[in-house]
Amino acid sequence: MLEGLLTGLATAFTFTNILMVVGGCLIGTFIGMLPGLGPMSIIAIMIPVAITIGDPSAALILLAGVYYGAVFGGSTSSILINAPGVASTVATSFDGYPLARKGQAGKALTVAAISSFAGGTIGAVLLMVFAPALASVALLFHSSEYFALMVVGLSAIAAFAGTGQVGKALLMTFLGLMMATVGEGVLFNAPRFTMGVMDLQSGFGFITLAMAMFALPEAIFLVLDPNRSKTGDGSDGGKIKNLRISKDEARKITPVIGRQSLQGFFIGVLPGAGATIASFLGYAVERNIASKEEQDEFGKGSVKGIAAPESANNAACTGSFVPLLTLGIPGSGTTAILLGALIALNVSPGPRLMVDEPQIFWAVIISMYLGNLVLLILNLPLIPYIAKVLAVPRNYLIPFILFFTLMGAYIGQNNATELLILVGFGICATLFRFADYPLAPLLIGFILGPLLENNFSRAMQLYDGMGFVWERPMTLGLLILAVVLVVLPGYRARRARLRAEGVADGD
Amino acid sequence: MALDRWLALVILLICLAYGYAAFFTMDALLPPIMKRSPIWPSSFPKVLVIGAILLSLSVLLGLEKSPEKKDATDINLSRLREYKVGQAILLLALMVAYALLLRPLGFLASTFLFLTVGSFILGERRYGVMILVAAIAAGTVWYLVDVVLGIFLSPFPIFMTGG
Repeated sequence: MLEGLLTGLATAFTFTNILMVVGGCLIGTFIGMLPGLGPMSIIAIMIPVAITIGDPSAALILLAGVYYGAVFGGSTSSILINAPGVASTVATSFDGYPLARKGQAGKALTVAAISSFAGGTIGAVLLMVFAPALASVALLFHSSEYFALMVVGLSAIAAFAGTGQVGKALLMTFLGLMMATVGEGVLFNAPRFTMGVMDLQSGFGFITLAMAMFALPEAIFLVLDPNRSKTGDGSDGGKIKNLRISKDEARKITPVIGRQSLQGFFIGVLPGAGATIASFLGYAVERNIASKEEQDEFGKGSVKGIAAPESANNAACTGSFVPLLTLGIPGSGTTAILLGALIALNVSPGPRLMVDEPQIFWAVIISMYLGNLVLLILNLPLIPYIAKVLAVPRNYLIPFILFFTLMGAYIGQNNATELLILVGFGICATLFRFADYPLAPLLIGFILGPLLENNFSRAMQLYDGMGFVWERPMTLGLLILAVVLVVLPGYRARRARLRAEGVADGD
Repeated sequence: MALDRWLALVILLICLAYGYAAFFTMDALLPPIMKRSPIWPSSFPKVLVIGAILLSLSVLLGLEKSPEKKDATDINLSRLREYKVGQAILLLALMVAYALLLRPLGFLASTFLFLTVGSFILGERRYGVMILVAAIAAGTVWYLVDVVLGIFLSPFPIFMTGG
């Protein structure tokens, strides 16, 4: 491990790569503050830039920096104007905004910055310790196990989808997988489902789809509802200046940060869970175990209520890199986009990554420490100025968001048809969001589709049929786990409902 | 019928078309040698489409109880009239126009137009600021993408560059 760490240090501490971390964090923070542009959209926008850099380590370091920056930036807008641009910072606004309204926006931002830093750093230590172990287990995997593992990953999405959403989440996953079959496959050199359209020969563009699924619907929502991006009154500089945290408050939040960093990390490791669930769960847990009088403070500006979701979501972001880097399975929409970027850079994440290209793996870990440190150093003095970005008038903000989604799709392909596909899918995605369909599963399915099919095909060819399912116990075990993951939430919801009905009957 | 079930119906129809292609038309093009392989290009789509049809039916028939709670931050469809639907549709039309005009007009002109018309649609009436911001943005982005990053973007209209 030490040797790897040194390799990572050597890679990360070049001038270019330090520039990448600093630049990425800055870009991420500033764009992340704009309501409507979450880490997913920002990373999608940055991918063409990252791909042009060419060097996979530098590109990944840049994107990772953007990711942390965006997560922190998102909490800034939820604290200052109660406009969480990202789902994972919704929990931060529960207590952050009330505290900001009390005129203590500076304190709220400082608590958020410190908790983010601690969560991210503890997450990086855990990643360093656990990833190699996970990866060595992963080396035992053959194509049939990979196939089964991806099925598990895809079904885990269903398990975390929330009650009443399992069917929809799975349907979106299938839709994503089906969209991935359009165009020429890797194993068969015949175009499929292109309906004779030349532009579909190479399939749908991944960036186009990412933009259409996330950035565009959010922008349309901003247009539809002017209140969504309303700039609050808390953003004027005078109120933000007081950054001090008292000793008493520091004593209060330290155990919270410790607990939530651990919990957040392990939630982040699970595919499909991610930072949003980690932050909500962190908030809920801390609220439940707090003393009576502290419990009353939650929701009215408790520092614990800011520290818990902030450390949890940052630790979870780091945790989601574990399945991405060691198994090649993205646990969230954001890491799914990162996976797409990695594949575009000719790096195939998976157990071989640590053996074949250790410098990439370790450089990312080192860049996590660096990124968190840079974020803290950059943001503490900048907090009073940061809020000013939020004052960009809506009339300019929205055309720019739309323009950047268009650019993101165009630069990658240099094909104007791609823009029409973007608008078309964007409208579909907006309709899906109206109807409460989750969109991340579609993108995850789309990205995992080719990998899933290739491993499935390879296993089929090796075993001349479906024999691999029962001849390889690990495959069978994983597939059973996948079925359990899909069935379990429905079963538990049903049992809970039956029990509730029993009570209602006067049982 | 709620919107989510209408969408499930649309997805079902797409799946049926996809399934028809996978089951009946795709294999006809397969060379005989490939038919001895245990896996055909249509195998995976066949598996997928069966799952997708079952799932879309389950959503369509409402087999799973949907939670009633509505997120306060989300758009409520029943109040659609209060939202600026017109603006959203105009902006989408503007994006389509941008896609169609990008090649013939060149990057600089079409981006400038997109940004000015976009903020005009949203209700901006300070024309001076509008034009200045759009011009600076179009120029800067072109410079960054084309000159700094080296991704070619045709800057001028087609008649000036000769295609």
